[in-house]
Amino acid sequence: MTEQKTIYEKSSPGRRAVRFPKPEVPLTALPNEFLRKDLVLPEVDELEAVRHFTNLSQLNHGVDTGFYPLGSCTMKYNPRINEETARLSGFAKSHPLQPSETVQGNLKLMYLLQKYLAEISGFSQVTLQPAAGAHGELTGVMIIRKYLYKKGETQRNKILIPDSAHGTNPATSAMNNFKVVEIKSDARGNIDLEALRAECDDTLAGLMLTNPNTLGMFEENVQEVCKIVHDAGGLVYGDGANMNALLGIAKPAEFGIDILHYNLHKTFSTPHGGGGPGSGPVGVVDFLVDYLPGPLVEIVEEDEEGNPFYDLVTPKHSIGRMKAFHGQFGMMVRAYTYILMHGAKGLREVSEMAVLNANYLMHKLKDTYKIPYERTCMHEFVIEGRWEDAPDIHALDISKRMMDFGIHPPTTYFPLIVKEALMVEPTETENLETLDYFVEVMLKIAKEAHEEPEILHAAPLTTPIRRMDEVKAAKDLVLCCVWPEDAIRAE
Amino acid sequence: MFHPHTDTDREKMLAAIGAKSLEELFEIVPEDIRFPDLDLPKTHSEMEAYNALYGLHTKNVPGIRMPNFLGAGAYRHYVPAAVDAILRRGEFFTAYTPYQPEISQGTLQAIFEYQSHVINLTGMDASNASHYDGATAAAEAVNMAYGISRKKKKKAIISPALHPHYRETIDTYFKPADFDIGGEDLDPWSNPDTLIDSIDEDTACVVVQYPDFFGRVFDYTALGKAAHEAGSLLVMVVNPMALGMLKAPSEFDADIVCGEGQPFGIGLSYGGPYLGMLATKKKHVRSLAGRIVGETEDLVERKRGYVLTLSAREQHIRRERASSNICSNQGLMALAATIYLTMVGKEGLREVAELCYQNAHYAASQIAGLDNFELVTDQTFFNEFVVKCPKPAEEINKALLEKGIIGGYEIGKDFDGMENHLMFAVTELNPKEDIDALVSALKEVA
Repeated sequence: MTEQKTIYEKSSPGRRAVRFPKPEVPLTALPNEFLRKDLVLPEVDELEAVRHFTNLSQLNHGVDTGFYPLGSCTMKYNPRINEETARLSGFAKSHPLQPSETVQGNLKLMYLLQKYLAEISGFSQVTLQPAAGAHGELTGVMIIRKYLYKKGETQRNKILIPDSAHGTNPATSAMNNFKVVEIKSDARGNIDLEALRAECDDTLAGLMLTNPNTLGMFEENVQEVCKIVHDAGGLVYGDGANMNALLGIAKPAEFGIDILHYNLHKTFSTPHGGGGPGSGPVGVVDFLVDYLPGPLVEIVEEDEEGNPFYDLVTPKHSIGRMKAFHGQFGMMVRAYTYILMHGAKGLREVSEMAVLNANYLMHKLKDTYKIPYERTCMHEFVIEGRWEDAPDIHALDISKRMMDFGIHPPTTYFPLIVKEALMVEPTETENLETLDYFVEVMLKIAKEAHEEPEILHAAPLTTPIRRMDEVKAAKDLVLCCVWPEDAIRAE
Repeated sequence: MFHPHTDTDREKMLAAIGAKSLEELFEIVPEDIRFPDLDLPKTHSEMEAYNALYGLHTKNVPGIRMPNFLGAGAYRHYVPAAVDAILRRGEFFTAYTPYQPEISQGTLQAIFEYQSHVINLTGMDASNASHYDGATAAAEAVNMAYGISRKKKKKAIISPALHPHYRETIDTYFKPADFDIGGEDLDPWSNPDTLIDSIDEDTACVVVQYPDFFGRVFDYTALGKAAHEAGSLLVMVVNPMALGMLKAPSEFDADIVCGEGQPFGIGLSYGGPYLGMLATKKKHVRSLAGRIVGETEDLVERKRGYVLTLSAREQHIRRERASSNICSNQGLMALAATIYLTMVGKEGLREVAELCYQNAHYAASQIAGLDNFELVTDQTFFNEFVVKCPKPAEEINKALLEKGIIGGYEIGKDFDGMENHLMFAVTELNPKEDIDALVSALKEVA
């Protein structure tokens, strides 16, 4: 690849892409004391702009360009119909503060999506407001806090988090001023029940549980785990990042989970967008509905013919608003479209095929790569990227080499409890040929690791750019194409 | 449906696994709760799903073009055609967080350019890769200020003229913390310099909006100076479109700038997805929340490229000691803003901003000329202004709607004693013809 110029380097004074009409109204004097003198922005023509971004896009790996088994992220196909429905003008052009009678279509869609998500997981109600998974977690833990405080149990200041949990879990708890206590996994990769019991006292606020856990395994004692927490007066928060394994398979509320966030951008096929927007609705059991962030959509009245009128309603003990307006509405339209296309039968098939694909890959790889816990996996699994007889090879080398075969690496070095972890999530939308190709590549890389380790150390060899100097990035800290003259570069 | 498995595939795969049936893979799930019946709609083909969604969208009024004067944090602006054409490239929207720089240079360079645009517009030295929206970015800005004080300063003074949703969001975020959110009892119409009296040694930051919720443009120099003298920070929440013509926040010596990037090429979409902007000065870059992209070189050929950097601040490394729990942000919306700013460029952004300003001032003067309507906004404003109507704003809006016009925002919903007040937002998409239609409709309904 030749080095890509930045758009500022392509800029030429006086060049233009779009133009705007001159004002048709009588002119008002501009407020001189507030006017800016200069503005540094690129000046390019339209073709240059389109070509620039098209060329940039071609440097990316996406689900559309190749296999993307990034564990815990559920990189499934993003149906194109979703993109069409979300852009229907009635949805796309409505203003969030329009009177409810002018947005009954939006409100009905939100009402039904709340209902469908609640049904899928067994909850009483769902808020669609949170903007992403971590934002949903924050919502959920705030609900735990408010509920306990309202009961007067202000001594409950401790959240338990399994050692295999996502990094967002402890960060979320800390934002709620809760003390974080890590719970060990047992020899089969489950939460260690004795370690859990030992922490269940009257300072317990709750447990953050991921099921299937980040090892891709179903928590074997999930109902017992929830019962232990409940008996101690705590609540169970479910991290729904792994819901793709459970659609029509089991309802998390029936495990004993009280609160759960969904990732519409994982399970329900809304695109990941190069790092968002996500969407992280939160479902709760009956006694927590009043604590949800507002507003929710409810049917507030029916006319004489029984036609419902939908409106926005704030629950009575609401933790408050989590963001402006009503959530990532465009993502809701996509997720709703996806649920409609699948129905109950289709959603169960989604999880069945996701689990089938993961188990197939795990079985094909288990003689070559070490599997830390040999059990049937759910929608993803973890392998170790290391061999005793290839001591210089690390998971990172394997990951980097996969790029040379057009495959996005799995999640690497997570979960933290597995050495040299590679977390593989194929998703249900990959066909058998792609899975077999992945196996072939993984076996070839294992062979190279033993016979030609230098290839792995140098990999990737065929990507637009080679391994990057991350130390320099953090040390020199260049965060901007052209710095305004008076700005000094950050230290 | 999108899973490609044929019956033959399934049999082959089950045989490879050594399972007799699909059900066998789920034996670990407690039997009494396994395979629940889900009460959901029937399976729809793509065509049926499209028709169902089409039907729902027609239940909204704006399916047809209609003059619309709502703003209050979400604005109608023209989006050049190239923005969506590029956003729809699968290489961009089907990728995720660029953890692997070798195969993510497209996303990384686009974010780097986004950061550059934000830095140039705000006069800050560092921008993150985006936040959820303006309100959550404001909450993160307060959290940053709290962190920068090493959690010693236990109070934020929030301007009463900050968007009420933003205030509520900040309130929600800080309820669990031992931290006060002040400023609520002050008069939203007073000059922001009245906030100076509330600043003390315990104030981590002062938060103001520019233009403020009511569209007014104030000079925050004195406020910033007073904040700094007390060892606290000035946080400015901006409408970045206004920065196309107005002074950068750095000229008021702002320490943290956040705001809603939706005006830059992002459709209204009933409130989201939008774009949270968050930027700061160089000395606070390590307290910035969220992803940051930095320039570097590859190790082999020393070619310039980009990576996520300073990740030691983030949740996946620092866990409970992270500066924020944010993981997914608004990558695609940041890309939309980047393309938008490239398309309109230096001249174009100034043109759009001035069109908004001119149209809004024309509308304000025309409405002020009506009997019974009073222009309440009495100083510099950008593209929003407040009018006192001769009867409740709700009634005026209902009457406007009957005439095919979506009126202004009823600020009495958020502020006591303002039941007769309407706030109108005017952009380049409210041409003279629409404004004249609004003015004559107001005359008739009053």
